[in-house]
Parts: sequence; C-alpha cells; structure tokens
Amino acid sequence: MNKIMEIKNISLQFGGVKALNDVSFHINEGEIFSIIGPNGAGKTSMLNCISGLYKPSEGEIHYKGKNILPMKPHQRTKLGIARAFQNIALFGSMSVLDNLKLGRHTLMKSGFIKSGIYWGAAEKEEVQHRRKVEEVIDFLQLQDIRHTPVDKLPYGLQKRVEVGRALALDPELILLDEPMAGMNASEKEEMSRFILDMLELKNITVVLIEHDLEVVMGLSNHLVVLDFGKQIGFGTPKEVQQNPDVIKAYIGEELTI
Amino acid sequence: MECGNYKTNYSKDMHLFRIPRVKLRIFIIVLLLFLLPLFTSNYVIGLATLCAIASIGAIGLNILTGFTGQISVGVGAFLAIGGYTSAILTSILGWSFWISLPLAGLVTAIVGGIFGIPSLRLKGLYLAIATLAAQFIVLWAIGRFSGLTGGGEGMVLQRPSIGSFTFSSQTSYYYLCLVILLLVTIYTLNLFRAKTGRAFLAVHHRDVAAQIMGIHLLKYKVVAFALSSFIVGIGGALLAHYTMIVTVELYSIDVSIQYLAMILVGGLGSVFGSILGAIFITLLPVALGYMIEFLTVYMPNAYSLLNSFQEFVFGLVIILFLIFEPGGLIHIWNNIKTYLRLWPFSY
Ligand SMILES: Nc1ncnc2c1ncn2[C@@H]1O[C@H](COP(=O)(O)OP(=O)(O)O)[C@@H](O)[C@H]1O
Ligand SMILES: [Mg+2]
Repeated sequence: MNKIMEIKNISLQFGGVKALNDVSFHINEGEIFSIIGPNGAGKTSMLNCISGLYKPSEGEIHYKGKNILPMKPHQRTKLGIARAFQNIALFGSMSVLDNLKLGRHTLMKSGFIKSGIYWGAAEKEEVQHRRKVEEVIDFLQLQDIRHTPVDKLPYGLQKRVEVGRALALDPELILLDEPMAGMNASEKEEMSRFILDMLELKNITVVLIEHDLEVVMGLSNHLVVLDFGKQIGFGTPKEVQQNPDVIKAYIGEELTI
Repeated sequence: MECGNYKTNYSKDMHLFRIPRVKLRIFIIVLLLFLLPLFTSNYVIGLATLCAIASIGAIGLNILTGFTGQISVGVGAFLAIGGYTSAILTSILGWSFWISLPLAGLVTAIVGGIFGIPSLRLKGLYLAIATLAAQFIVLWAIGRFSGLTGGGEGMVLQRPSIGSFTFSSQTSYYYLCLVILLLVTIYTLNLFRAKTGRAFLAVHHRDVAAQIMGIHLLKYKVVAFALSSFIVGIGGALLAHYTMIVTVELYSIDVSIQYLAMILVGGLGSVFGSILGAIFITLLPVALGYMIEFLTVYMPNAYSLLNSFQEFVFGLVIILFLIFEPGGLIHIWNNIKTYLRLWPFSY
C-alpha cells in the first residue's frame, strides 16, 4: 500500500491548550480513513493543519513524500487536496453552480483580461468546466437546485453542496469534516453511498470525520482515535475496537457493529 | 416564469442576458442613451456626460468595495492620478489622448495595487483608514511636485481629437464617454460570470473558504485594487479632459465620500446599481438647486437659508436610503420590474 499522507509527531497549541499532542498516523492511497473522537478532541484542528489553516508547533505532514507544512493553503489545494467544512462554508448568495465552479478555481486559467472579455477563451473554459460541474451535480443528485442560491437551501442539501464543491476540484484526497452531522438515518446512508462511490468510481482517497460509530466502522479501512488532543488508537476498525484505551474513552458507547 | 425557455446548451445557459425580453429592454435603454442628444439641450447633455463619467468611477469602486468587499475611501486620489497622468502626458509631453487614456488607467492601477497590499492584513474600518492615507499622500505629492503638476494653479487640458475632428462639442464628448461606459459595463458584467469575478466574490464572502478553494488571497485583493483603480483612473482622465482643468481641490475627500454614496445608494455589488447611484448622486444637487430656486420665488428671503440646507438634505437622503433601502436603487428597480411583470396577474 502506498502512503498518500503521513502525519509525523504533530503538536498544535492554543495558548495553554494542547489541541494536538504528538499525533502520528498515515493514510493509504485509495482508502477511506476516519478520524474519530469526542467533541473538542482535535479532529477539525488536524484537518486545519493538513489544509494549512493552522500551523503546528511541531512535526511534519508529508503528502506523497513531500513535507507540505511550508506551503500556503491555496498551494496545497493545487496539489489536489480538497476539503468540505464542518460548519458549512459555502458562498451563500451564490448559486449552487457558482459554488461548484469555485471548487474548480485552481483548474481554470482565465485571468482578469480573458475573464472580462469573456467571448472566446473564457467562454470556452466556462462551458468546458460547466460540463465537469454537471458531472458532480449528477453524482450528488443536485439537478433541481443548480441555479438556487445556496442560502435558500435546507441544511441537508447545503451539506451535500459543501461536499460537492470539494469534489468539483477532482481531488486526489478529500477531507470531509462531519458531512453527515445532523442527518437522519436514510440521509446518512445516502451520504455513505456517495463516499463509497467517490473511492470506487473516482478513485479519491477519503478522510472522514464522523461521530456515528456504526457508520464509521462500516466505511473505514483505517482510523485514528483522538482524545483531548492525544492519539489513543490507530489501525483497522477491528484493532481499534479492541484497543483498551479506546474502550476506556468510549465507556458507555456501543463499539460493536 | 422562465420555464417555457428550456436552455438547450451550457453556453446559452450562461449568457449575460438569458431572457429575450431582458435583452430587448437593455437594447432599448442603450438606444435611447445614444439618441439623447437629438431631443435635449446642451445643458442636459453636459449633465449626462458627468453621469456617464461618474458611472465609470462608481463601477470601478464597486468592483473593489461592493463585489470584493474591500472598503476604499481613496477614490478621490485615484481620480486625481488618472486626471493628472493624462494632463502631464498630453499637455507637457504632447502625447495623444488615445495613448494617454489607457496609460492614465495603468498608472492609477499600479498605485492602487500598491495601496492594496495592506488589505491582506487590514479589514473593514482599518483598511478604510489605510486607503484614506492614499487620499492624503497622493494629494500631498501633487502639491509637492508642483513643477510637474502646476501646484496650486493646476493644469489645463485639451479635448481629444481624431485627425482633424476634435471632441469639443458637448454631444461628441458625451458619445465618447458613453461608449467607454458601455465597454466598462460589459467588461465588468463579463468579469463576474468567469473565474476572476467569482474569486473576487469568494474573497468578499468567506476568505477562509476562498483559500481552501485555492484562491491566492493577496493576489486577488491586489488585482481587485488594481483593476478597480484602472477603471477609476480612466474615469478621472475623462473628467479632466471634460472640464479641461485639474486642480487639487477637485479631488478632496468629499469626492471619495460621494463615490461611496453612489455605490451605497445604487446597490453594493451591482453594475447597474453603480450606474443608477452615479446618476442619482450627480443629479441630486442639481434637483435640489432647482427646488430651492422654485421655493425662493415664493419666499424671496429664504434663499440663503435654503441654500445652506442643501448639504443637509444630501446627507439626509443618503441616510434614509441606508435605513429604508439598504439594497439600493437596483433593489427598488428589481421590485418594480417584478411588480410590472406580475401585473395584473402572473402569466
Ligand atoms: N482557533 C482556535 N483558537 C483557540 N482554540 C481552538 C481553536 N481551534 C480549536 N481550538 C481548541 O482546540 C480543541 C480542539 O478543537 P477541534 O479541533 O475543533 O475539535 P473537534 O473537531 O474534535 O471537535 C478545542 O479545545 C478547541 O477549543
Ligand atoms: Mg470538529
């Protein structure tokens, strides 16, 4: 198995709070990898370190063998790392289409001259990328709402557009921060299907944060467990479920599938 | 209502004006603007020219402030740079207006871009103060380098010409400004349906998410400043060749506030709103002047009192707008359109 990403001894501090404390794990190419742990464990902070919004105080993050910590967030996106936020961060007044097209920003070339002249190069590019965006729309079944401003959409659909915008990048690695939060069982099942298809049909490596252990254990090839910034478990779902530290942290929770 | 118009392909679906009725309406408005000189006086054409020039500047400012969310109170300075650059190039160096005009835009764009660099760190009010610095630094520089700029005297400019034809009449200069306004309008509308404009909007609404989309924040903010300043600089040069004089007093902080008022009253983040706002703010003092004249006929002694009320009314109108119609004139216009389209019942 090829490691697509390696997290090496990452620590992150906010004043006195250690949001991440010497965390090390790796993600294989072509797998669904999950980060679990109670609220405030540092899961989102980990993704923020990967996408470059937070700068860890120690450690390295390697993507395809290269340390990406010196890179700015927008440069990491160019490498093919996409992200869907936990707190929906869509461009509210813009349509679903425009949000998805923004997901393809790094793949488009028109500068301010070609954009403003439009007819010719920019139009051609817009049409070509519209076709790609329509693939995402079909994939996530957003056909009926493509022209709707996203802030007019119900929460569940916004979550889906958030995932769609990340998918629009045609990423190699997608970071999904609680894409199923607030969804009912059937919506979760639908989203699980989408996640499996991302890997199977589009060959995208998935990093998932999700609280529903049944869903996580069912979907993931490997997972890491964080608790108060510390890594208390890492391995296959089976290994993690048998880990005494994890069992202790999850006392009272159902750990069987 | 548009359900009968099935979009057959993506290119059509992304047209500037997707609906034939809208296309027709725009065409008629543009046609009327071109025919305006046929049925109005020189005085009206002069006002229309000022409106067109103000519209160019307002669109420029709106790109930066309304669309990209970077507040600037330095428009006056950037108009000055456009005006003075063209004045120096044409009057001192004797260059053609047609070369000086784009160069005026370019010089303004470079200075604007430089003043845009702090925008990576500064937001909102803090950025506003930084752009206010632009206002003072530029005006100071104009006074300081009086050998080039004529100092307090200012500079005299000529109207442009092509071959033996000079744009000296009100009507010809009006057409020149109208054509440039049209080009600026089309450029800006296009910009916001392609990559660069979308990135500007993204930077405005969520700069963290914008970065994760791969948008280089500093680059796009500086480009927004430069592009906005380019257009404002063109407006400044057109104004200078219209009034045929540039002096420092023409570009005070008041001018910057007026342009901000134009985009606030017209509608932030709207190209047509910028034009409506520019017309409104340009014509408001004229309309108030008429009203005062009219009232003085009945109250001869009240002239000076009424006159001093003029600025008060100007401020009041803007405040009322901000309170009761924050969407601006463009919002009112859209509401009227919807109302008319549904009247007497929807079809
Ligand atoms: N920007 C920040 N400033 C200060 N503290 C933060 C910041 N981001 C996260 N934290 C802290 O780091 C810890 C982990 O938060 P987070 O990564 O959001 O947890 P999770 O996503 O696992 O619920 C929490 O204690 C949180 O308060
Ligand atoms: Mg979180």
